[in-house]
Amino acid sequence: MQFQQLRDAGDPAELAAAHSAAGADEVVLLDISASHEKRATLVDTVRRAAKQLFIPFTVGGGIRSLDEAMAVFDAGADKVSINSAALADPSLITRIGDRYGSQAVIVAIDAKRIRGNAKFEAYSGGGRKPTGRGVVEWAREAEERGAGEILLTSMDRDGTGAGFDCELTCVVSDAVRIPVIASGGGGDTQSFIDVFQRGRADAALAASIFHFGLRHLADLKQELQRAGIPMRWPC
Amino acid sequence: MIVVVDYRAGNLTSVKKALDHVGANCVISDDPGVVAKADKIILPGVGHFSATTTLERSGLRAAIQHAVDRGVPFLGICVGMQWMFESSEEAPAVPGLGWFAGECGRFPKEFKSPHVGWNSLACDDGSRLFRGIPSGSFVYFTHSYRAPVVSATVARCEYGGEFSAAVEQDQLFGVQFHPEKSGAVGMKILESFCVL
Repeated sequence: MQFQQLRDAGDPAELAAAHSAAGADEVVLLDISASHEKRATLVDTVRRAAKQLFIPFTVGGGIRSLDEAMAVFDAGADKVSINSAALADPSLITRIGDRYGSQAVIVAIDAKRIRGNAKFEAYSGGGRKPTGRGVVEWAREAEERGAGEILLTSMDRDGTGAGFDCELTCVVSDAVRIPVIASGGGGDTQSFIDVFQRGRADAALAASIFHFGLRHLADLKQELQRAGIPMRWPC
Repeated sequence: MIVVVDYRAGNLTSVKKALDHVGANCVISDDPGVVAKADKIILPGVGHFSATTTLERSGLRAAIQHAVDRGVPFLGICVGMQWMFESSEEAPAVPGLGWFAGECGRFPKEFKSPHVGWNSLACDDGSRLFRGIPSGSFVYFTHSYRAPVVSATVARCEYGGEFSAAVEQDQLFGVQFHPEKSGAVGMKILESFCVL
């Protein structure tokens, strides 16, 4: 359910600029349509968004090859996020890293709890296909192959606003020495405090709650700072 | 004219975009002749310290030294700043410019590496680069090696111990972080360099 209910929030380039002005530390643009005809639109959107951004800008969604990554970097992205393509061919992580530096490659992992288990399975194809691979084991391989960061999304929590999956986050954060960005379930201030403290996340990503005006980014950052989480505020 | 040196090691377009945004007159070049005649030089850098060998081979190192000897202001960014030191553990056989003493080293093992993300600066008073930037301001870092604190250090950062976030001496300036990625604070720092 969580990956399939999509709502149109508006022009991504304008949204990116607005969130940056509101105090976002980084912007991630994920192309969820990722169909062949839409590639040119993505590159144009990246170019328009990049013009207005002076904070790190990551682009992902359907990047399947070094050439596609290059087109996105040329349009102004600082980092690319790859998911299914990395699972299918982990050497892509290394090839992009060799050309642009490993800090430019984020490996995104969509994780789902295995029922009745404290373990998590990686999914590909926009969260549609179970891969049979454990998330921790895949994150370690991604790190070995040269990933600069891991973007870890809890499929169970995504879009619910019910809080991040801290157990998932900390088991991955403890397993690798590269930064882990927690994603999926960000809601109230306490959910963010929890994912940094209990989840040991290095960063947290949220989308719906900001795009739809449910939370004010500036208020959240100030609250987190008051709670003792190191936070860039004011911006 | 500010020359941004192109040695195939980094996101020049981000730096140029930021310079355009602050209204600086700048050009990207890999031509030692152009670099030698620059009014100001910016050396960006992303990736591996060994990428600086291109600067040696291409004659750019000599052009940079020549310009700096006649007083041209120079700003090194990230690996560009590390190269201003003697060397880096990342590529021990590759010599830096040696303008500052010391070798760039790794972070302690207990700390996640690279150091990625926003972190705050402890800035010294009297720095021209950090004029108007209060201590505690955040900037964006992404690096696996760091330069030691030296007498020319004007901003420090804490991650696995203190390291040099910025150096400044006469017309030589270096920043470990990416001002072009550091929002309003970064733009202000770039602007300070551009109006020197």
